[in-house]
Order: sequence, then structure tokens, then C-alpha cells
Amino acid sequence: MINITRIPLAALIGIVMTSLFLLAAIFAPWIAPYGNAQIVGDVWQPMSSQFWFGTDNLGRDLLSRMIYGARITIFIAVLATALSFTLGATLGFCAAVLGGWFDTLMSRLVDLLMAIPTLIMALVVLSVLPSTLVTLIMVMGILDSTRVYRLSRAIAVDIEVMDFVEAAKLRGEGMLWIIFREILPNALSPLISELGLRFIYAILFLSALSFLGLGVQPPDADWGGMVKENKDGIVFGIAAALIPAAAIAILGISVNLVADWILNRTTSLKGGRG
Amino acid sequence: MSSPILKLVAQRVALGIVLLLAVSVLIFAGTQILPGDVAQSILGQAATPESLANLRAELGLNDPAYIRYFHWLGGVLTGNLGTALSSGQDIASSIRPRLENTLFLAACAAIVAVPLAIILGLLAVRYRNGWVDKLISGLALASTSFPEFFIGYLLVYFFAVHWQIFPGISTVYDGMPFLARLEAIALPATALTLVCLAQMMRMTRAAILNIMQSAFVETAELKGLSAFSIIRKHALPNAVAPIINVVMLNLAYLVVGVVVIEVIFVYPGMGQYLVDHVAKRDVPVVQAVGLIFAAVYITLNIIADVASIIANPRLRHPK
Amino acid sequence: MMADQKAEAGKKPGVLLDIRNLRIEATVYPPGEPPKNIVIVHDVSLTLEKGKVLGLIGESGAGKSTIGLSSMGYGRGGVRITGGEVLLNGRDILKGGKDGLRKLRGREVCYVAQSAAAAFNPAHRLMDQVVEATLLHGRASHEEAEKRAVNLFKALSLPDPEHIGERFPHQVSGGQLQRVMTAMALCSEPDLIVFDEPTTALDVTTQIDVLAAIKHAIRETGVAALYITHDLAVVAQVSDEIMVLRHGRLVEWGGTRQIIKEPRQEYTNALVSVHEIEHQEKKPGTAPFLSVKNVTAAYGGGHVKVLKNVSVDIFPGQTLAVVGESGSGKSTLARAITGLLPPEQGTVTFDGRPLANRLADRPKEDLRQLQMIYQMADVAMNPRQTVGTIIGRPLEFYFGMRGRERDARVAELLDKIEMGKGFIDRYPAELSGGQKQRVCIARSLAAKPKLIICDEVTSALDPLVASGILKLLLDLQAEENVAYLFITHDLATVKSIADSIAVMYRGEVVRYGPKSQVLKPPFDAYTDLLLSSVPEMEIGWLEKAIKGRRMESAGN
Repeated sequence: MINITRIPLAALIGIVMTSLFLLAAIFAPWIAPYGNAQIVGDVWQPMSSQFWFGTDNLGRDLLSRMIYGARITIFIAVLATALSFTLGATLGFCAAVLGGWFDTLMSRLVDLLMAIPTLIMALVVLSVLPSTLVTLIMVMGILDSTRVYRLSRAIAVDIEVMDFVEAAKLRGEGMLWIIFREILPNALSPLISELGLRFIYAILFLSALSFLGLGVQPPDADWGGMVKENKDGIVFGIAAALIPAAAIAILGISVNLVADWILNRTTSLKGGRG
Repeated sequence: MSSPILKLVAQRVALGIVLLLAVSVLIFAGTQILPGDVAQSILGQAATPESLANLRAELGLNDPAYIRYFHWLGGVLTGNLGTALSSGQDIASSIRPRLENTLFLAACAAIVAVPLAIILGLLAVRYRNGWVDKLISGLALASTSFPEFFIGYLLVYFFAVHWQIFPGISTVYDGMPFLARLEAIALPATALTLVCLAQMMRMTRAAILNIMQSAFVETAELKGLSAFSIIRKHALPNAVAPIINVVMLNLAYLVVGVVVIEVIFVYPGMGQYLVDHVAKRDVPVVQAVGLIFAAVYITLNIIADVASIIANPRLRHPK
Repeated sequence: MMADQKAEAGKKPGVLLDIRNLRIEATVYPPGEPPKNIVIVHDVSLTLEKGKVLGLIGESGAGKSTIGLSSMGYGRGGVRITGGEVLLNGRDILKGGKDGLRKLRGREVCYVAQSAAAAFNPAHRLMDQVVEATLLHGRASHEEAEKRAVNLFKALSLPDPEHIGERFPHQVSGGQLQRVMTAMALCSEPDLIVFDEPTTALDVTTQIDVLAAIKHAIRETGVAALYITHDLAVVAQVSDEIMVLRHGRLVEWGGTRQIIKEPRQEYTNALVSVHEIEHQEKKPGTAPFLSVKNVTAAYGGGHVKVLKNVSVDIFPGQTLAVVGESGSGKSTLARAITGLLPPEQGTVTFDGRPLANRLADRPKEDLRQLQMIYQMADVAMNPRQTVGTIIGRPLEFYFGMRGRERDARVAELLDKIEMGKGFIDRYPAELSGGQKQRVCIARSLAAKPKLIICDEVTSALDPLVASGILKLLLDLQAEENVAYLFITHDLATVKSIADSIAVMYRGEVVRYGPKSQVLKPPFDAYTDLLLSSVPEMEIGWLEKAIKGRRMESAGN
């Protein structure tokens, strides 16, 4: 169904890069040349054949830290996205199909949560909660589920007013059939594309939190935390902090390219073999 | 203005106020999730039980949650934002200069970003699907994936360290001459501009494109008007509302971006203040600053909605 | 004959528009494939004399709008003119460059779009837009232009001609807006006006008034016109000559009388005789099968009454046609019968037993007997299901058929709708408009219902395709003895296939009975208006209809 040669160049680059990052994250302990917390040299040594990215603010190998950082960043982002998506999509679909008081209640709640900028709310909540992994994932997941809720509800409502859903209702089909066999197959494409965007946002959000000191706590570090650790070197012309920042940017662009490609394959409801 | 508009605007503003109140509850509740012992964290491990009890009574910590909420809300409405736990300073007076700084920084960024976003959007539509459009759209897409600190530190690395044009740390103080102030915030303002430019430009492009593809623009073209006249007389009046909407929404987004940027450049604004006190778990400060940020965000959203309402000709001239 | 005509036209000094060997192409971007060029118009030539009206007729995709717009050198949506010449007043406009085109648009040639509501700028007053082209090309001063506009408003029978210009587009009705757009086109006193389906989007009773107004204005001002439409009966009322197009090619071109009375090409003949379907009217039996008694229904918790005391009967194996314009309540009646809109009062009896008011309360057997076919076949089918699944689902759901048994029945049904087994694995997006509707018919037949509700099933189709669907429905009715509730706004269809007719207006049934009775005078006011508004394929029908109208139509 998917012909490799017909994938546009941009999407191909996106797929390759994203896969590279994912592989690094999964196989970190086997790929990284040095340990995550192992001090191997002087502070902020420049790039060399021994340390491909140089060393960081404590003398640890930057490349290894980056690879482990990929693991932590992607791990947390994946879990948070999974949470936000499951929560948001399920509630959004139910609200669209059930309507009535459930829909009104949920939508008002979501409106309320979305009235505060996500970062601010996260900061408020993190000022009282401990910064554990679980807390981070929960906070990120719940706050981000609001956007997923809005989107999936809108998609489900759009599809639900189509005549073929009414035809199924008139036939006497049950709720489960209507949601899973009529609505969901038509909602997959925009939802998957949104999944990609949420993932990018989760990474950016997590990095921002870690950068501000409220995310992953040392000695573990995700990429945002690594930027925080090395930022003091910038003033002295040491670019160590730019490397994890660039990695975030590159991963973000790659996922964006893939998400765009998926969205473009079927942009209208005229599905067919897409 | 006709009465349907006034009614809709009044409704929207009323809704905003209700929302703000609800948000204040949310913020207050958010900080009560873990009923950690505030008194303990102030006085430390060596505190005696009596001093702890005294402090708790003094801070009103023994009252139920809703009473504490109304206390706090009452204080906020009269301008008393409380006292910082960590330093004992009055929050309102600490915030005032910082709020000014943040607004100044945001304003500088907005003044550059908004016209630039509109112009780039227009260019992208004018040369639609050409290389100009693809370049602009491509850069915009890429930048939405960039973390703010990436842009920030890139700027510092090149402009402050290597080329030494602008300072990497933005210290401002009262009574600073205007030009010096501008020089100090040059880099953070640029970073902030770049952060919201991409998003805003994509949205203005979409809004303008939507108008340009309307049937009435075709009618104008079929009357023989020049491209410039079409844009000026037909497209622009209808584009004002969506563009204002886009701008307001993105200014709201800018409010959030300010936080990280201030930390990067050690700029004495609200963002820096908030982050410092979150780390110190200073709840009163976090509540106050969070509320102010939320209020600004909600207000900008209200203005966006009101602009849409006012600019709709069906509402301005009802049947 | 065509070659002679062309030679004649070339010699006469009164030739306004001379299109020679026009070729128009476009680039399409099918998803997942490289973009390709297709030819929309193949070497079409036509001439138009000053003061004459040429009707361009054809089905969708025939290229008529594209040709009409090419007379202004305009290509909509990336369409390009790649060959031929377009001579306006003796000069080739394609060679004049962008400046030349801008000079002639709005001055020598003006355009009247299909949807006036979209074509006007919502932010400006009507008068400003009406005089804009006149002022731009310096044809008159501001005062003169406004005076001219008001005169045109009067000529087009618009209400309050002195002040209507001060209104905004959304403050004026659809029919009025269409006439204002005509005034806008006439204001700069052009040589040629291109009318692009100007009455297609209007209700039938409004259409007549607008059509008459346009014809009157054309005669008064002596402007030449290209009148584009897919309705042959309409074009026969206003044009001097008719040109039939198909797939971007010229089929036939001749005087109106000749085309209507003695079409030479088979395709033209098919278009002319599209409403002639043989159908014997069946007498109503004694025992109605579906009985709607005194049904009243409302939206919004009882505030907005959409059906008022409606009673109709449907007899087995017969067709009840429910006719009305938009807002008459005909589609709402279908919703009330199917249980989507439970009636406040009244009952619906089916096969002797009363139907539960709400859909959720009805047993499967009741649901099976009552099927529905929709207007837009695109959205009536799940785009992610194959034709086989779509037709097969009712078989599984109602009869528990699976596997080979079900597949065999699906093949049988495909046969009945005159489509082959090869369609089983196709997706809806890969079918044509007529084929999609046929699949929907097969889907409803699969349930072996006693009654099928057809909700405007042919309204979105081209005339010839629609005719095919109607014939199919009649054949199936004879074979399966299924009754139809046929909802439509098109009286011509009704005359062809109905056994009984109910005319609805604003939620009430104003006339009901067997077809022959309903269509025999004397009529009530609304039925009279409705019947007299349907264009007949007859020259001079328009004038007769206007003279004979009694009731004020909604358009004014």
C-alpha cells in the first residue's frame, strides 16, 4: 500500500531522522561510548575524535549524555503524549457522540483549563508537587489532553453529521458500531497527524520545564536539562548548550515533516485506499 | 454601534470575567493539591511546635480552603497580593517594576513581530506556491519546532559573544536612559520576536489566502480592477477581523514565551520572578503571578473575540 | 450547416464575439501521483452577434462556464487558455496582455455569477459595488452612474429601487441579490454579458421572476449575452441560438426553435426529451401501507412548528411524491416518519401497527421495512468502506447472511442496479455521481423494505443521469413491489413518476390526491404558482407564465 519511491523527499528525510532518534533512544546503553554519569575528561573540552561532541560542564562525554538524554526525553514525551491522546480522544469522541450534559460539562471544563497558558499552569502545579517522573508525565498529559479533546471532538462532530452516519443510525446500528466502524476510520488520518504535533509539543514543553529547573532532576538529564547545565558556558564562547537545543529542533522538524506527509495523503473525507 | 453588537460584546466581556474568576479558583486549588506544611518549610526543621502553631494561625492556615480562597481573592481585588514567603517582601510592590519590564519587552517584540508577520503573510500569498512562499512557509514550519532557548542562546552565542554587538545578559534598572534600555533588551526582544513570528505568519497567510479565494474577490477581478485595488478595496476590509484575531491569539502566546526568554537573559521581569519562586515553592508569589499572567492571557483572548464581533458586517448592520 | 453559419458570421459587420478553435487546459494533482495536464475544452468555435443571446448548455464538466469566462480572458482555478483566438469587437483579447484584459473587463464584457450571495463583498454597500466598474472605466460620473443604477433596479422589478442600494448584501434576499448583480453588470453598458447559471441556486418560484427580469433587461438594453445553464427549458426562454456542449466539445449549434423541435444529434435529443418517462399512473388501493395522520412536529422544544397537521397515505408498490420548495417541510416529514424527529402530535401507522415515535424505540423489523436514500450520495456512504461492504452490511445486519451467501446476494443486487461484479472492491471515491446513487439504491434494496424514502435523490445529478436513476427506480418498483415516498422540489420529475402527489407549503399539505386529480385545475394559489413556475420546453412559455401568475412569490 505504501510505495517507497512515491514518498516525497521531505517526508523521507523526516522518517529517516525520526527513526534515527528513536533507535538511539531505544538502544542507548549499547550505543553510547561512555556512561551517562561518567566523568571522562576536563570540563568543556572542545570536539575531538575521542569525544565527538566534546565534554560538558562536569567533564562528562556530551555525546553519551545526548544519547541517554534522547532516551529520557523521548520516553517521557511518548508517555505524556500517550496519556494526553488517550484521555483527550476518548473524552472528545464520547462528548461528540453522546452530546447532552456530558458534552456541555466536559467542554466547559476544557474551556476553563485552556484559559490558562499551559506553561503557567504547569509552573503553578509544580510549585507544590515533587518533580518526579510520574508527576511530570501526569501534569503534561492532563494539560495537553485539552487540545486533543477539542480536536477529536471537532473531527467526530464533523463526521457524525454526515448522512452515512445517519444511515447507520436509521439501520439500527448500535453505538459501538457507529463509533468504531463509521466514525473512527474516517478520523484516523487527522488524528495521527495531530499525534505527531502533540509529540513535538510534549518534547518542547518538557525541555522548557527542565530548562527552568522543574523537569527532570539531576544527575539524569533530558535535553532541556542539558541545556540548563551547560548554559553558563555560552558566555565564554562554549557552544555545548547549543547541541542538545539543536537536537530538539531537528527532532521537531523531522516529526513535523512526517505528520505533514500523513495529513496530505488524505486531506478530504474522500477516503479510498489512503 | 448597533445593539446586537453591544449585547454580544457585553456578553463576551462578562464571560471573560467569569472565566477569570474560575481561573483564580483553579490556580488557588492547584496550589492546594499537596497540603504540604507551609509553616514547616518556612521555619525549617529546627522549629518548635509552638512557633509552628503560631505561624500557622498567623498565616490563616487553619481555616478551610474556601475561606482562605476568599481572603486571597479579597486581597487581590484591593491590590494586596500578599507577602512572599521566602523573602517577606510585599508581592505587589515587587511585581510592579517587573511587570513594567515584561510589558516593555513584550511590546518591543510585538511592535516588530506584528507588522513583519502581516507583510510576510501578504508576500507569501502574493507569490503563492512560488519559491518565496515555499521559503517563508518552510522557515516558519521549522521555527515552530525550535525551543525558545535554542533561538535565545544562538543569538547570545553570535551577537553577544562572538561579534559582541549586544549584551548577553539584559540588566535594566530604574532611571536607565531609553537607548541604553533598548540596547540591553535587543537580544531578548529579537528572540521573542522570532519565537512568535513563525506561528503568527502562518496564520496571517492562511487568513489572507482564505479571503483572496473568496468569490467576491473574483468578482472584483472580473470588473477589471488592478491587483492592488482589489487588495485595498475588497480584501483588506474583510481581512481586518481575522488578522486582528490572529494577532491577539499570538500575543497571548507571546506572554508565555516571555518566561523562558527572561530566564535566558536574566531579565528582571515577571517570568524570571515566577520561575525563581516556583523553585523556592513560594506559594503566595506563584498564585499572584500566575493570576496576573492568566488575566493578561484572557484579556487578549477577549479582545480577539470582540474584534471579530465588531468587524462582522452582518452584526454591524442587522437586517 | 455550422460551417455556413461561421462563414456568414465572419462576413456580417454585427459580429461581437468570435471564438476560434479555443483550447483550454488545466493541471490536476491526483493524490499520490505526479500532476498531469488535461484538456477541458477542445477546439470550440462560436460567434455571437450584437444584441443576440446565445445559450450554452451542457451537463457538468461540459466546459460551458470555462468557455463563458474565456470571453473575458479569465481562467478560474488555474485553468489556462492554450490555443485559439478570442476576438471581441474585432481584436484578439488574448494578445492584449494583462492591461488589455483589465480594460475590457467590466466595460465591454461583464459577468453575472451563479451565487450572488458569495459574489458580493459583505463589507460594502450594494450601490458602491454596482457602480464600481462604471466609475473605474470612466463611463459616467458618480451621479449619472447612480441614476443609471436606480433605473436598472426599476427595470428589474426590485422593491424600493431608490433606496435598495443603501443596503448591505446580507440584508437582501437571494432573488433580489441576483437581480442587483444583473444591474451591476448592465450599469457600465457593456456589449456582452456572461450569465453563469444565474437562476440555478434559486427556488423555482423565484427563478421565474428573475428570469423574466433578465430577459426584459436584455431586450431593453440591446446587450448581447452568453447564457450558461444545464436546464434546456430555461435556456429556451431567453436565447436566440443554443449551443450544446459535452466534455468540452461542440455537439450541436443552431437556432432555439430548431434545437428544441428538431434536434439533429442524439445527445441533444436525449437532453430535450429528458422529462418524458413512460409511467402509468396507478390507482390508489383501499388499504394504505404507511399512514401519516395529523402529524405535528416542532424544533427547539416546541417553539418552531415545522409540520402542521400533516396527513398522507402511501399504498403498496406506489409512489407518493411530496413536492415543495425549501422550507416547506418535505424533508422534515421524512425525519418524522423515520423517527429522527418524534412528532408532538399525531401517529404514523405502518402495515397496520403504529410506529414508535422515537427511532430508539423501534424494533429491528420495523427499521428494516423502512429505508432511505439521500440527496448527496458522496456523504451517504462511508468513504472508507468498499461497495461490497456497503451493500453487504444490511444483509448481515438484518438477515444474518455471511460469507458466500452474502457475496452472492451482493452480486445479484449489483446486477439489478446495472453495475457489474467488478465494482465490489471499489471505493465510493472511485465512482461517478450516477454510480454512487445506484449503490445507495442497492443498499436500501438489500434490506427488502416495503417502503423507500427518496430524499431529493436526483436533485444533485445531471439531467441525463437523473433520468437514468428515475427509470431504474421505476423498474425496481415493478420488480420488487416497493413503495416510494419521493421528496423533491422538481415538478417535472413528479409529473413523470408519481402516482399520488402531496404539495407542501410552510409545513402544511395544501393539496393532496392522485396525480391526475392534483394536476387538474382549479388550483389553490400556491399550487398554481408552483405549477406555473416550472419551465416548459416551449418557446414563449415565459411570457405566458408571467401573465398568468396570481400569487406573489417569495422572491419579492
